[in-house]
Amino acid sequence: MAAPMSLVVEFGGGAELLFDGIKKHQVTLPCQPEPWDIRNLLKWIKQNLLKERPELFIQGDTVRPGILVLINDADWELMGELDYKLQNQDNVVFISTLHGG
Amino acid sequence: MPTTCSACGTSPAALRRPRTGHALCRACFLAAFEEETHRAIVAGRLFRPGETVAIGASGGKDSTVLAHLLQLLNQRHGYGLHLVLLSVDEGIAGYRDASLAAVRRHHHRSGLPLHVISYRELYGWSMDRIARHLGPRNNCTFCGVFRRQALDRGALLLGADKIATGHNADDVAETVLMNFLRGDVGRLRRGAGAGTAGGEGAVPRCKPLRHAYEKEIVLYAYFQGLDYFSTECVYAPQAYRGYARTLLKDLEAARPSAVADLGHSGERLSLRSDLRLPARGTCQRCGYVASQPLCKACVLLEGLDRGLPKLGIGKHQRLRDKLRDGQPLTEEERRRLGAPAEADGEVPEQQEPGGESGVQDKERGGRNLRGPRDLDF
Repeated sequence: MAAPMSLVVEFGGGAELLFDGIKKHQVTLPCQPEPWDIRNLLKWIKQNLLKERPELFIQGDTVRPGILVLINDADWELMGELDYKLQNQDNVVFISTLHGG
Repeated sequence: MPTTCSACGTSPAALRRPRTGHALCRACFLAAFEEETHRAIVAGRLFRPGETVAIGASGGKDSTVLAHLLQLLNQRHGYGLHLVLLSVDEGIAGYRDASLAAVRRHHHRSGLPLHVISYRELYGWSMDRIARHLGPRNNCTFCGVFRRQALDRGALLLGADKIATGHNADDVAETVLMNFLRGDVGRLRRGAGAGTAGGEGAVPRCKPLRHAYEKEIVLYAYFQGLDYFSTECVYAPQAYRGYARTLLKDLEAARPSAVADLGHSGERLSLRSDLRLPARGTCQRCGYVASQPLCKACVLLEGLDRGLPKLGIGKHQRLRDKLRDGQPLTEEERRRLGAPAEADGEVPEQQEPGGESGVQDKERGGRNLRGPRDLDF
């Protein structure tokens, strides 16, 4: 059982273009039987925030390779990636690296 | 499950470095990244005190981090360099104007001088105009060739001794893959090295960030709060490099050191001694470095100006020879070179150089056909 939770979800490096150009989203996740982890957050984002071209953001059940994920300013690779259990007031940032430099 | 930084042992780790797998905190990562760049510059003997270095600045993440780092390290370690931002305006509405705005912000914040050079002033053609004539594919061929020359011409104007570009390890790895996939042995031989020596109108170049993973460049910019522009160029989705990039990202996901290892392989390739490879000479028309009688930019421009935009795309040596000898082309040959179809089926007169309007180059803003030593703009 997962309680409803408030998060800040941010998109950068060009990823924001898939979300109406909005970089910072204040998000409230509803109460649900499954726990709120990054895996389920991605599904929720795909259904509720993603405006176009899901294949540019999501590949299978994870992010497209080349998209960095930070949880509270730390690399998600250190936090368990998709299995990280979200906590209230967490900050999740998705930065695309897929553009010219 | 917070991990502690393996360098300082006190702060919580902020990232896992792709090549080593080490977990570092934000402060230790920033310090390590700066120190590694400094060591690469010193070990590669990239610069000499007193030199003027033109930093190819697009407003994107790599060149923004490069400019920031060079300025910081120049000061911290006393390189004695005079740094200048050099930006190329290809004339891509909505993309380049926005990224140039990011460069201007950087210029104002950092105090580094900025010079912008445009395709329109150099060649008389913006990328948007080229794309209208060429269609959605092959635009990157024009843009890459023109940008290389534009950077050299801009650098010469500035009196720069070197050009520094922000190419990162991922770019280098993609290039190695692309050249392998396309059988481009000549480029494989020239490709993954530290830089070019210059000569024949070309200024020596280097890539100080060539060992830096794209992921780390992005995180460095993020943790330092650097302002950069990031949108895909509107013409890029059709580019072949995209396939190499996708492949590389998948390879990296399975084995993160693949990015560095590809560059390592590329730098150490040795080719068979019996191969006949293009020799380095100069363009008969503009004097720029070339492996053919005309440099690629001149061939591409000639195609554009004659209304045959595909002249420089694909293998059309026989048709180019026909043009050079003043022989008329058939309607089918002209179409193969990208000429728009004629409604009435008649073979059109060959167009004068100067393009569709027939206006002299100078009035359109000047394609400078003279050699780099004769620059006057």
